[in-house]
Amino acid sequence: MHITPDCRNRRAADSQPRRPRALWRCLVYLGLALALAACGAGDAGGLTVTGSTSVTPFAEQLAEHYQKQHAGTSINIQGLGSAAGIRAAIDGVAEIGMSSRELQPEESAKLDEIVIARDALAVIVNPLNPIAGLSREQIQGIFSGQIGSWDALGGPSAPITIVSREAGSGTFGAFDELVMKGKPISTRALRQGSNGAIRQIVAEDPNAIGYISLGIADSTVKAVQIDSVVPSVAHVEAGTYKLVRPFLFVWRKGAQLSPLAQGFIAYVMGPEGQVELTKAGLVKGTAAK
Amino acid sequence: MRERIIGALLLITALGALIALGLITYFIFQAGLPLIAKVGIWQFLSGTSWNPTGKPPQFGILPMIIGSLWLTFGSLVIGVPLGLAVAIFMVELAPPNLATIMRPAIQLLAGIPSVIYGFIGLTLLAPLVRSTLGGPGLSVLTGAIILGFMILPSIIAISEDAMRAVPSAIREGAVALGSSHWQVITGVILPTARSGIIAGVILGMGRALGETMAVIMMIGNSLDIPASPLQPATTLTSNIGLELAYASGDHRSALFATGVVLFVFIMILNALATSFVRRPVLSRRGA
Repeated sequence: MHITPDCRNRRAADSQPRRPRALWRCLVYLGLALALAACGAGDAGGLTVTGSTSVTPFAEQLAEHYQKQHAGTSINIQGLGSAAGIRAAIDGVAEIGMSSRELQPEESAKLDEIVIARDALAVIVNPLNPIAGLSREQIQGIFSGQIGSWDALGGPSAPITIVSREAGSGTFGAFDELVMKGKPISTRALRQGSNGAIRQIVAEDPNAIGYISLGIADSTVKAVQIDSVVPSVAHVEAGTYKLVRPFLFVWRKGAQLSPLAQGFIAYVMGPEGQVELTKAGLVKGTAAK
Repeated sequence: MRERIIGALLLITALGALIALGLITYFIFQAGLPLIAKVGIWQFLSGTSWNPTGKPPQFGILPMIIGSLWLTFGSLVIGVPLGLAVAIFMVELAPPNLATIMRPAIQLLAGIPSVIYGFIGLTLLAPLVRSTLGGPGLSVLTGAIILGFMILPSIIAISEDAMRAVPSAIREGAVALGSSHWQVITGVILPTARSGIIAGVILGMGRALGETMAVIMMIGNSLDIPASPLQPATTLTSNIGLELAYASGDHRSALFATGVVLFVFIMILNALATSFVRRPVLSRRGA
């Protein structure tokens, strides 16, 4: 009777200050973490590059190399889609935006751009498909749903399975611009969230057709000739293969870029960066327009 | 003092869950309602054309609503008879040893990540459907079969509980009147446990309606209104999952608005399930 309350008091006296202290420590850590996250998003000491998910893996690779060579620099690459990247650059939220499609007139009025590399789109079919080449009109006909069967193109009499990307993705935007030219893609088209998923479906389904980055097309699928031109890096460089989209870095028109941003762009456009990009399956970029 | 601190901490934790629910609700509605108002609720729900990046953009989610209903219905057609059969077997027919092995095995079924189910559907079932039944393989049927298995655990667990809760007096009464075992099951156990079974089915329905990852992988995500189970389709969830990463502006708002519709669907289902679970076993009928 006499001991218990004593004990309890002592324990309470012991633990009472400790518990709030731990709680405070947690709060402080949480605050620090939030502050750090906020700093990372801002431009305090680091460079933020935001935009196209198609460009992101290449930009990440370049940023990694650059940071290794220039100790103490911090480049933060965020893959949020071309539209988000362009908007972030216009709003100044990110110093550099990435886009995997051409800028629209109202966008290029507000932005400076450089083409860091070019990427070809390959139209792929199953290796069993006898079709070797298609014209851009035929591809448009297939994806808009007007041509529904392979026999209309000299192939087997089987319905065509169209595989496309979801609206908003850079690859979809580029295909829309280069081939569909505003014509809507058939509602019957399967939609997949990545180049890899499209490749897998086309590799498995003998009646499928899809479009992916040329660098990703491998032997599991067949990249068809477009207007009788074999899709290859050489033909992209020569300008004869037409399904090509630019990978852009954009920033606010006339903005004074930070030394870090200037250094990174110079590295990307310099011989080292360009070799890196061509090794990854892309085609060399061109200087600012 | 210490107890009061613990009490306060628990209260904060408990409130945290409520606050999170409130914030989620507020956030979805705040992000989605302006677009519904802009497009018009009827146009949004009954529009058959979804082209969020077109000029002009079109925001009609009817194909996805129908896709969701098709898929949910299909998974119930597969999951309910199977789940009910398993539950009846475990409660009435299985030797106790077997039932004790089966129960954790079925719980394990619930623990398999949905991406694994999706992967199985994509790599095993879809090619099978394509080669035997035709179509692109990625289809409502493929999705419904796999989803039917995914909702089994909730159906089985809840109907099993409901059947076990049937008072033995009722069962003994039926046996005393000369009913066979099968007559006891169909005439006494199932009707008495009905509200629990329905609750299990509704919870499974909620799971099927809300599943996203596996569905994206299996259903093909085409924007057509499916005319047969062999055709691909898009559901409310799979469209959000597929497009959210790249969406901006009105497109993004439209996906949140899709979330509002889904939210309302799920709320209705949960309310139904809760009302069935709360109904006492014996209030509906005796033996």
